Amino acid sequence: MQIILNGEQREIAASVLADALIELGYDTATIATAVNGTFVAARLRASTSLRAGDAIEVVAPRHGG
Amino acid sequence: MDFYGVELSSRLLLGTAQYPSPAILADAVRASCTEVVTVSLRREAARSRSGQSFWSLIRSLGVRILPNTAGCHSVKEAVTTAQMAREVFETNWIKLEVIGDTDTLQPDVFSLVEAARILARDAFEVFPYTSDDLSVADRLIEAGCRVLMPLGAPIGSGRGLNNPFALRVMRSRFPDIPLVVDAGIGLPSHAAAAMELGFDAVLLNTAVAKAGDPVAMAAAFAAAVEAGRMAYRADPMPQRDMASPSTPVLGMAMLA
Repeated sequence: MQIILNGEQREIAASVLADALIELGYDTATIATAVNGTFVAARLRASTSLRAGDAIEVVAPRHGG
Repeated sequence: MDFYGVELSSRLLLGTAQYPSPAILADAVRASCTEVVTVSLRREAARSRSGQSFWSLIRSLGVRILPNTAGCHSVKEAVTTAQMAREVFETNWIKLEVIGDTDTLQPDVFSLVEAARILARDAFEVFPYTSDDLSVADRLIEAGCRVLMPLGAPIGSGRGLNNPFALRVMRSRFPDIPLVVDAGIGLPSHAAAAMELGFDAVLLNTAVAKAGDPVAMAAAFAAAVEAGRMAYRADPMPQRDMASPSTPVLGMAMLA
């Protein structure tokens, strides 16, 4: 199904967030996630179902002031 | 100095952005003697791993992490960013920024107070980037903030302390709340001035990162913060408008 990953359209086969992250190549990364603007804790990714059109944000540590 | 029960010996908090290279960032952090660095969260492209190497570098420095919500313009953005930061960085500390104006990067103090209240109720330890307005400070404390971080001047401007009077009043009004001048500091003398006013610490980034020699500037700031704090503790002399001779007048030879 089509989802939006960090602002870009992507096609994924997975139906839950944890599987989608593996499919998209984030499996071992230090990341945090939100779906449709709401934080999804790492422990909840396996039980978070995705629907077509969902907006997934994946963030990681960066420089900051 | 105590932030939410954490004792720190360095009164300089340092940002990690805009350095010429990761190696210079690491050397500047060491030269500054800081124990707290600020970091952010940004989108990670699939398989890029760009955030991972930065995170490895920061962890190797052995300093405490203060994540920020930089760039957030709404309560929802700031709260969600704070929640993501807590998970990634494994800290309840959050430098809460809710930006109200894109040109000046001044805080939206109404949304700031609202976000601070939500986060404090959720066990976050909030470091709000705020104005020097006392009534806003009152609201932030009421919301659960136990540290306040008023700006000295606009972020990245290097202008120093635009309103020392307001900062002095703030220090006087909140003698028991740790106060940090955050933003606007461009020179070590600005940092020393903030410390001479009795501020507990300063937070800066651009002044070190954009210096010609960031590592040397980091060391200069460390010395200035220390000097300013020593001066505050030494109780500076009162200012006066007219001259007062320091050499005794009594006993001067009559030579005219």
